[in-house]
Amino acid sequence: MSDSAAVAIATPEPHRNWGGRLRALFLRSEALRGYTLLSPTLIVMAFAMCVPFAIMVAMSFWTQHGFEFDTAFTLANYGEAVDGPVYWALMIRSLAIAGACTVATVLLAYPMAYYVAFYVHRHKLMWIILITLPFWTSYLLRVFAWKIILGFNGVINSGLKGLGLIDQPLEFLLYSPTAVVITLTHAWAAFAILPIYVSLEKIDRSLLEAATDLGDGPVARFLRVTLPLSLPGVLAATLIIFIPTVGDYITPTLLGGPDGIMIGNIIQAQFGRVNNWPMGAALAISMLIIVAVISLVYIWVTRKATERIA
Amino acid sequence: MNDVAYIQRPNRPLHIYALLYLAFLYIPVLFLPLFSFNDAIYIAFPLKGFTTKWYASMLNNEPMFAALMNSIKVGSATAVFATILGIFGAKAVTRYRLPGQKPVVFMIMLPLVIPGIILGVALLILVSRLGITLSLYTVTLGHILITVPFAMATLIPRFVGFDKSMEEASADLGENAWWTFWRVTFPMVFPGVVASLLLCFTISFDEFIMAFFLTGTDPTLPIFIWSQLRFPIKLPGVLALGAVILVVSFVVVFFSQWLQRRGVKEVSGTGF
Amino acid sequence: MGDNDTYISLNNVSKHFGLVVAVDHINIAISGGEFFSLLGASGCGKTTLLRMIAGLESPTTGEIYIDNAPMSQVPPHHRPTNMVFQNYAIFPHLNVRANIAYGLRKDNLDKAEANRRVEEALEMVKLPGFGERRANELSGGQRQRVALARALIKRPKVLLLDEPLGALDKKLREEMQLELRTLQQSVGITFIFVTHDQEEAMTLSDRIAVMSQGKVLQVASPKELYNHPVSVEVADFIGQMNFLDASVIDLKDGQAVLDTAGLGRIKARASAEFIQKGANIVVAIRPEKLTLSKARGADRQNAVQGVMKTATYLGDRSHFYVSVEGCEKPLAVAAPEVETSVSESADRDSPVWLSWADEAMILLPRD
Repeated sequence: MSDSAAVAIATPEPHRNWGGRLRALFLRSEALRGYTLLSPTLIVMAFAMCVPFAIMVAMSFWTQHGFEFDTAFTLANYGEAVDGPVYWALMIRSLAIAGACTVATVLLAYPMAYYVAFYVHRHKLMWIILITLPFWTSYLLRVFAWKIILGFNGVINSGLKGLGLIDQPLEFLLYSPTAVVITLTHAWAAFAILPIYVSLEKIDRSLLEAATDLGDGPVARFLRVTLPLSLPGVLAATLIIFIPTVGDYITPTLLGGPDGIMIGNIIQAQFGRVNNWPMGAALAISMLIIVAVISLVYIWVTRKATERIA
Repeated sequence: MNDVAYIQRPNRPLHIYALLYLAFLYIPVLFLPLFSFNDAIYIAFPLKGFTTKWYASMLNNEPMFAALMNSIKVGSATAVFATILGIFGAKAVTRYRLPGQKPVVFMIMLPLVIPGIILGVALLILVSRLGITLSLYTVTLGHILITVPFAMATLIPRFVGFDKSMEEASADLGENAWWTFWRVTFPMVFPGVVASLLLCFTISFDEFIMAFFLTGTDPTLPIFIWSQLRFPIKLPGVLALGAVILVVSFVVVFFSQWLQRRGVKEVSGTGF
Repeated sequence: MGDNDTYISLNNVSKHFGLVVAVDHINIAISGGEFFSLLGASGCGKTTLLRMIAGLESPTTGEIYIDNAPMSQVPPHHRPTNMVFQNYAIFPHLNVRANIAYGLRKDNLDKAEANRRVEEALEMVKLPGFGERRANELSGGQRQRVALARALIKRPKVLLLDEPLGALDKKLREEMQLELRTLQQSVGITFIFVTHDQEEAMTLSDRIAVMSQGKVLQVASPKELYNHPVSVEVADFIGQMNFLDASVIDLKDGQAVLDTAGLGRIKARASAEFIQKGANIVVAIRPEKLTLSKARGADRQNAVQGVMKTATYLGDRSHFYVSVEGCEKPLAVAAPEVETSVSESADRDSPVWLSWADEAMILLPRD
């Protein structure tokens, strides 16, 4: 008695209608619709990033004579980058400065992030906005602000002189790697605080309560629970700071002095007065590869370390 | 994470540290306005007296205004295009199951993790190989490249928080994709759109590296400032400009952040 | 509901999400003007099926016909269907009036006419005067009605409802069920209703399709499903059921002799194909078809003795659980408290007799 299954209505004649078929395919395939929607963005990004990269890679194997490019494949540029004393030394120095900067920034930022995550209760948003606000100004101006602070007649020196604490301006402050590190520590502060804060904020407070209940004092709790769980944020902060800093050339130019020149300056020069674009391309790519390798190694190491702890 | 359940006793040292750190963040930046009112060419203590002449001189500074206009043009164009691309991208990524989604999104977000100098150099190479002259257009292209990831990052949470069944209901009630977008999607992601526009504009307005490589004869404001930095006489004027930019940026960003946080509850679909 | 009344037809429809088969070769014919339910546990594919009818998903294979027209190239905004979503999908940025009038934009009505229709719709769902309220001022039940009005104002041929009453509390749900049924009968259009609640489906529907794991197990009226389920799964899903394993010892002239776990040898009328000599089957009996007594009745043919275990009192009736030797699980008996001579407190662990009529036994294949 129960209605059973099949009701087959005669299917209409198959369309030889390509437009219709295409339309049906479009309606059926979610992936196709999605990628069509994504296509303008993808095209722009591919054009502005992928294609230039490809050309840059190609160019790194060329040589430049005046305004002409000799497109014969050659590894000479890379050879010079590795063998030449200047480039390699500069690369190392850039990595060292970036490293020092990263360490300093993260170390200083962590307590701040900790404070907002655990000790601010009602106005968290306000604090976050306050912390990020200075960084919405021109990077250039911020670097310049440090120049006036650290300069020979700058704020620190003239202030200390005025107070009678020193006679001669403190030389190491400006036009040195120190100046670069100090400036960049300030410049990247917010970028360090935010990821660490997010990571700390996500920690389930009941885990800390459980640790207390099981006998841990505050220091032990921090080392055994909070710190490990906040490592993803620390990792993100580290990479966010390290990678762009390696290539920075504004800060070194404005207050690095001869000892503070970084690889970014040299690369920029290749496209400027030195006019050796293939060399610039080769240096840029080398820098990119080195930074990528370091980042991957770093990620791998921290992952291993967190596995061991967890 | 309900932190009211875990209120710690106030930690004096940490509190002081936080305040000191905040001071560390702000004071250098506040020197700019400070010395912009100082009646002296050299930027050093002691302060010589209050004056607004540096601000007044700004008003007559033709090249500066030209650079300002350029920056506004580039910033606006960048904001609009990057936000549009961000809307397409955010909608595609959150509403459709795309095969290979992770690598594609990674690619779009790449500019965030590549040093600016490399992006600038790469685009410079492209543009010159294509025989295109450097101009504000090339700068805009570079800026769009670096702001699209920010636009996506701002818009994706908006789309995620907004119930897909709203758009389905609109389609079910007879509206095609275009009308559904304007009648339902756009009004609901609007705060995110505004936040994205403001964010992209601000990033473009202050951006120096890409502009440095891709600028032709018309400088943007940061490029203009850079050119002024060599001349001590011009410095206080630059500071005045910097102070103005600072204040405007503060206001814009504050507003955009407030907009972004507000209306997230409102918009997340009052179904459940 | 003969074939010539068929309004919606699903032909061999399947839906795959990657490797997951959500809907597996479904064939259903739904008549115009009927209240048709898709019933099943979560994950059985019923919502996916509904969304394919609406056009929000496309079938991987197979074809859907509405009013004899194939729907494969018809996007959702051109279909003669309208849907009430599970979470109502009320637009938060529009008030009630704007929500309900949303689908009327294309009709280019003048303001007066549009307002009139909105008021009409509000009357229909018993929310008169609610036009100016904002979405976040409405309760769950009110939102549900607004969603209903919004869909019905477009006068669709088919209304699709995706578990619309799931979030309401019991009393409200029962009220809404009655209203929906009345509404459907007065408006006269086809309702396709998705639910996991079998009582709800039974209350509302002209016919129900019981689904499981992407397949349709049985399509029938509630009465038919209850009294003549075609499989153990369907029988178990609808209402409560006692199941007993049995094997066919002898079959002659449509009369089978069964060896049943716990009940011993019984005779039953058997006409179905799966009943062959030596076959293993299942005998199913509804709890209310079992009679409980202290002594064996003389008039009923089938009876067995057991031990009373527990009873639950539900107000209008009681359920008694009787343990019978040879049966894995205790048998459930449902009876109004008044009718039975047995009471729980006095007779626990005491012997009782269960009896039933021949027609009460349903024979089902064992899988």
